[in-house]
This record gives sequence, structure tokens and C-alpha cells, in this order.
Amino acid sequence: MNLTLKIWRQKGPSAAGSFEEHKVHAEEDMSFLEMLDVLNEQLVHEKKEPVAFEHDCREGICGTCNMVINGHPHGPQRGTTTCQLHMRHYNDGDTIVIEPFRASSFPVIKDLVIDRSAFDNIIQAGGYISVNTGQAPDGNAIPVEKQDASQAFDAATCIGCGACVAACPNGSAMLFTSAKVSHLALLPQGEVENGKRVYDMVNQMDKEGFGRCSNITACEAECPKEISVDNIARMNRLYVKSVFAGTQGNEKN
Amino acid sequence: MNLDPKIPAGELADKWTEFRSKMDLVAPNNKRKLEVIVVGTGLAGASAAATLGELGYKVKAFTFHDSPRRAHSIAAQGGINAAKNYQNDGDSVYRLFYDTIKGGDYRSREANVHRLAEVSRDIIDQCVAQGVPFAREYGGLLANRSFGGVQVSRTFYARGQTGQQLLIGAYQALSRQISSGKVQMYNRHEMLDLVKVDGKARGIIARNLVSGKLERFAGHCVVLATGGYGNVYYLSTNAMNSNVSAAWKAVKKGALMANPCYVQIHPTCIPESGEYQSKLTLMSESLRNDGRVWVPKSKEDAEAIRTGKKTALDIPEADRDYYLERRYPAFGNLVPRDVASRAAKIECDAGKGIVKTGRGVFLDFGAAVIRYGKIAANTQNISNPSDAKISELGRATIKEKYGNLFQIYEKITGQDPYVFPMKIYPAVHYTMGGLWVDYNLETNVPGLFALGEANFSDHGANRLGASALMQGLADGYFVIPYTIGQFLSKEIRTPAISTDLPEFEQAESETRAKLEQLLKIGGAQSVESFHRRLGRIMWEYCGMSRNEQGLAKALQMIRELREEFWNDVFVPGEIHDYNPELEKALRVADFIELGEVMVRDAMARDESCGGHFREEYQTEDGEAMRRDDEYTYVAAWSWNDGNPEVYKEDLHFENVELKTRSYK
Repeated sequence: MNLTLKIWRQKGPSAAGSFEEHKVHAEEDMSFLEMLDVLNEQLVHEKKEPVAFEHDCREGICGTCNMVINGHPHGPQRGTTTCQLHMRHYNDGDTIVIEPFRASSFPVIKDLVIDRSAFDNIIQAGGYISVNTGQAPDGNAIPVEKQDASQAFDAATCIGCGACVAACPNGSAMLFTSAKVSHLALLPQGEVENGKRVYDMVNQMDKEGFGRCSNITACEAECPKEISVDNIARMNRLYVKSVFAGTQGNEKN
Repeated sequence: MNLDPKIPAGELADKWTEFRSKMDLVAPNNKRKLEVIVVGTGLAGASAAATLGELGYKVKAFTFHDSPRRAHSIAAQGGINAAKNYQNDGDSVYRLFYDTIKGGDYRSREANVHRLAEVSRDIIDQCVAQGVPFAREYGGLLANRSFGGVQVSRTFYARGQTGQQLLIGAYQALSRQISSGKVQMYNRHEMLDLVKVDGKARGIIARNLVSGKLERFAGHCVVLATGGYGNVYYLSTNAMNSNVSAAWKAVKKGALMANPCYVQIHPTCIPESGEYQSKLTLMSESLRNDGRVWVPKSKEDAEAIRTGKKTALDIPEADRDYYLERRYPAFGNLVPRDVASRAAKIECDAGKGIVKTGRGVFLDFGAAVIRYGKIAANTQNISNPSDAKISELGRATIKEKYGNLFQIYEKITGQDPYVFPMKIYPAVHYTMGGLWVDYNLETNVPGLFALGEANFSDHGANRLGASALMQGLADGYFVIPYTIGQFLSKEIRTPAISTDLPEFEQAESETRAKLEQLLKIGGAQSVESFHRRLGRIMWEYCGMSRNEQGLAKALQMIRELREEFWNDVFVPGEIHDYNPELEKALRVADFIELGEVMVRDAMARDESCGGHFREEYQTEDGEAMRRDDEYTYVAAWSWNDGNPEVYKEDLHFENVELKTRSYK
């Protein structure tokens, strides 16, 4: 099939960007990223600079790839990352618009490559259980209810891609942050630090400049791992509890 | 050069405990002054950096990814082994040790493997405490499943995403140390050279991938946890950016690459669909519990399927060849990975392949659907169920067990695997070879350590399923934190290493010269096209089966390719910019050199063992023939400016008897 691509090109974080048009031929068994590989081979052949885009595992698990395709983070297919999207969902003659995830907390590095270190900072603020190597009791000494383990798992499947932020008109990182808060809060191992964790992570999220949540839930709709907005509700409850109960216990604040 | 593995004296089962009790320690006040560089932050690197930080060392950690959470450890599906014996089914440290030695076709070091089996139990405890959501039984206790060929249930798992959950656990532990300032994290930094001062590893040159600038980093020692080199084949189940460069730079500075020809080729991957293919996707080994592997008996039927005139459903039972069940009645479809892969190649080479390219076989769940359907009908009290009802019930059971994998398959191929059998073919998956290390995980370069897939130490010539995660975390959480003290305890009087030393100056200017050279060539061919060609050579002549003639040809072809690369590659862009093509060019240049050493290693090993199958050395019925009298050694290669030399470490088996693996 022959396609027209309108791709965002931007030289650097402070440069102005614009769309560039390219024609490319694709096979229906190709993945979306393989179609871009073909375009880049074409550009290299013409001694032009290829389009910078990030990708790694191409199996939908590492969370590296990040493109807004015709207005949708990771494209049209539900529960699918860009790398797992295949060209059989497109037709000959289609025009496809490709942009980076857009949010002020995710500055563009080049073309479709963005800086998501704000997510790392949120995890560093408290997205862990404070246990040193070697301190752990026997694995079976901490029984976890099957359903709790399963719910914690659902939250833990977040791949940190940032589609939730890109989907949100407010550029909010509530789904990402609440997924980690929920994962750890639902497990007895993590419960001890709940108050401090939620308080610190939410504050860090605000510091990174992410917007507020106004219950639009576009994040859930576009999340390639289909993480539920129930996690946001849980985080809000825990946050309020931590503030009123004074369990946030953070000397820094 | 004498390769001393530094295996402690004593009984096998006591070596590690005794060694740990008597080893040199570094006092807390000195740890604060000692700097450790950790390159790579996958399972092995992140767990090592986090633990070393907890212990009080000053750690600098590096990844070329935008975040440590992206490392390819994340893609591991099946699980992680541990000798917990929670199932009361007779597992023990010794049994895990024995299975690993045997699975590795008797080409690994007894003492290292035993230590791995010992610490496997601590890993599970540690990960649970970190909040890794392992699968649970209704009683709240940990669940297990069995994996490839072993007779006990010792695999812990988190749905089909065990690697992801373990990596996130290690990433969170690392994040905690970063926030406390004990680990300084450098994302988007790629190591381009190792710096040695007075013979010891004292630092690295890294390129900041955003600004393109070269930066110098110094430490008292350097730990490499940079993964395997499967991408030398271009197509593999590895992530696109996985590469050998950090380890290869170490080799060029005097470290040795051990057993590079030991490559694991996984039998169940989604086949290549065309020339544009960029990577291959694994379908978990667990599918072989219920899937039956077959090709048509006649070449005509295979041809008809390839050209779309027939489908699998048109081939009657009597015209199908379930070749694994035929050749290996005892293990059937559950033979180990190396055996299953070779068998698929033999059928496809004989013209029985069932995909366009000729390289694919069926993995059929038809029989399982009927079997499960009948069981379900029985339990639901449905008498005389119709065939359609049986299929419906059977498919529901299959969906429960493998739904996630069937969904991935359908996304990629566009075919419904509940109706048509899956099409699969072997693909490069893991590399058992890696940097030579002693018992302390230290290479022959003092102060340079290698962990995880980057070293060669534990899997011999073939790795068992669910053992990669185990080894990565064992090395990072429970081995290196102790053994690094053996080196660092002698460095407590060494002041901080300065990056102004001439050795740093020289390494940086050599690296810069190389970058400039690549950009200057201005040839006609893309980096990608060279990588593809290298991959084809390696797959054809140094892949699932090898022979002397083919290897000799490959050696010649790789050398010509290297020559051509340095004369005709085109790398666009500039040094001081975000430039993925330049990154790729550096990696491919290293892969080409590594490829040569792999081929030489395969040529020099005149036997078949594990992932290394030499056609000249097989039994009458086509099974691998090991030659223990001559080849029970580790082959460790130097680069030696393009004239690779081999050094040997003899393997001594004092606790297990060397036997021929048989699955018939």
C-alpha cells in the first residue's frame, strides 16, 4: 500500500517544529515501526537525516515507543503500543499524521523523541518499598490474598510510556502515579509506607508540572495496558487520608 | 595467560558459605570513599547498583535508555527458578545445580552453578519483600509452575510478565538509592570505551546521547552488566538496541570473550514475514505443553500451503508428520530448546516449511482443543456433545491458559490461532557466551567485573528456561556485593581517580577519532544494510548448525564485510547531536568484529554441545556428539588487534558424572 505520512520534525528542545510530508510504500504484515524503518532507509539513501523516534523491545512491554498517530497516543487499536500496531489496519492511499506525545512535562528532544525523566523523578520520590537486600523474610512468610495480588498486578503492568499524559487535555500524570501507588498499597509489604509514599509522589508529580485530573478518563481509554482509573480514586483516598491523619511524615515538607 | 577461576577450596556445598565468612571486607568509613561504576541497569546492573548503594559505596550507574526501567530484562515472559521446594516435590539446591549443569551440556563451572542454586532462594524472598506481585494460590502463598524438561515445579512467575515485574522491582530499589544520593544515575549515556590505569579498570568514556558530547567518568572499579550479543544475528528476540559494544570495548582493552559460539536459539518464535522484518517475537515455551509441532509429510502439500492453495486444515491427520513425537517419543514436543530448534531446521531444509519464506512449522492446538473440550463437557454433564460444542469448550480452556499469548500472535500475524495452527520458527534468543570471569565475577582485567548475560559463567552451552532472570539477580543482589570487596579492600588507600589522567585523555581522543571517521566515510550503504548482511552470514553459517567449510566461508565473508563497512557506510548527522544512526554504526562495527571471533570459536570447537551443533560431530541418528576428552574447557578469546587468540580454562567435574543427554 502507498501512504502519505505527515511527520513532526523538530531539531531540538527549543527549535520550532513543523510537519514534513513523505510518501512511503508499506506491506500489510509490517509493524508500524517497520514502516517507519522503511521511510528512514529511504531518507538515508537520499543522504537526508532520518526521522528520530524511540523504540526498543518492539514487543509492547518496554514502554519506549511513543507516537501520537492520527490524534491517538499509540494509534487506533485499543490496548496496543505503537510497536504492536500493524499496517493491515491501514488502506492504500491513507494519510497518517505522526506526532510525539505532547505535554509540557515531556519536552521534545528531537523529532518524535521526548524526555520522560519526570516519571523517574516521581518513582524516586517514593515509588518503592524500603527494604535493603538481605533483609527479607521468607517469601511465604507474607501471605497475600490472591485477589489483592491480582489487583496489585493489574496496576503493576504499567509500562511507563506516558500515553496517559499525552491523552489528557490537562497533561495529568494521575494514572501513572496512581498505578504505582495502588500496586504497592494493595500489598501488605507496601502498606507500611502508604501515607508517606502517596504524599511524596503526588507532591513530586505537581512539582514536575503535570496538570490536575478532571475525571475525563481519556487516560484509561488510551492506555496500552488498559490500566483502570479506579487506581486514581484509590490514590485520592490514600492522599486525603495521609493529609488528615498526618501520616505523610515527610520532614522535608 | 593462565586463567585462574579462583574457585575456593572445600566441599562443593560449603564453598560459598566458607568463602563469604572469610573474605576481606571494606569498613563503612572506607566504602564512602570508594567509587563504583556500573554500566547497564537491567536486572543484573540495577540490582547491583542498588545493593552497592545500600552498602554505602559511591555508585555511578549508566544506561543508554531514557530510564533504567526500559532494559530488555523486561521482556522475559515465563518465570524465575528457585530451589524453594515449596511444592514438596523433591526439589533441592543440589537438584537445581544438577539440572543446570546437565542442561548446559556439562560446559559450565560446578562451583559457580552451585552458588547460583544456593542464592536462588534468597532472590525470591527479596523480590517478594520489594512488592513483586508473583502469582499466588488461594491460601495467599506463592504459586509455582514447571518449565522445560525438569521434573519439579520450581518456577515462580507473574503471569507472562515475570521479567517486567522483576525489573520494576530492581528499578524501584535503584530509584530509592538514587533519591538518597548514594547512586548517581546517568540515563542516555552510552559507554564507548573502558579506561585502564596501571592495568586496572578505572573508568569509562561515555557519550551523552542527547548532546552527543563525550564525557569521562572515573571509579575504583567498573562493573559491566550490559547483556548479551544476540543482535549480531540482526534478527533475534532481543530488543532493537541491545548490543555488545560495552563488553567488546572491554575485550579490546584486554578482557577475554568466553565461549562466544554458545548461542541459544529458541524454537517457538513468530517467523519472519518479509525483508523489512526488524525483530522476532517469542512465543513462550509453555505453549509446547499443549501444542503439537508438525509439517506435512509430502513436499507437495508444503508447497501448496506456502503458495496459499491449501491451509493446515486441508491436510488430513495421516498426511501430517509430528516429527518431534516421532523422533523423541519420550519427551515429544517438550524436548529442550536446542533439540527442538534443530529438528525444525532439518524439516524446513528438506522442503517441508509451511510459510512463504520456507522457514516455518506448525504449532497445533487442535488435539488439545478436543481433549480439553471433552473434559469440560464431562465436568459440565453435557452428554453426547456435538463436535462444535467440544471445540467451543476446548477453545475456552485454551484461552484461559494462553489467552495473552494467542492475542499477541493474532496482533502480529493477523491470523486467528484458535482456528488455524500457529506458525513458528526458531530464533536467536540468548547468548550463553560472554566475558570470561572468575568465581568473583571479575574478568582477567583487575577491577573489571561482568554480571548477568554479559558474563559466561553459569549456563554452559545451553541455558534452561527461567534461569536467565535467576542468574541476573543472583549476580547483582547476592554475589557482586560480596565479591567486589575482594578487589576494593585492597584499594582503600587509593584516592579518588582523576579524569585528567593521560589514560582518560587518550581513550577520549581515540573514541572521538572513531566517531569522526565514521561520519567522514560518506559511502553509499546504510548502517542497517550492513547489519542485515552480517546477520545473514551469521545465521546461515554460525546459527543452528555449523560445519567447518561454512565457517571458513563465513570468516572470509565477515572480513570482507568489515572492509566494505569502513569504506562504504553512510552515517548521516553530526557528532554533537542526538544521532541514532551514529549510535547504530558504532554498534554494528563492534558486532562485525565479534562475529569473526564467534566463527573462530565455532571452528575451533570440534564437537557438538548444547547450542553449538557441528554437523561433523553427530551420532548416526543426528544427535549432538560431545567430545569430553578434548573439549571440556572454556575457550576465552582475546581480540589481539584483529588476530584473536584463544586461552583455555579446563573444567573439572568432581560432583557430577558426565553423561550423554538423551530425550528419546
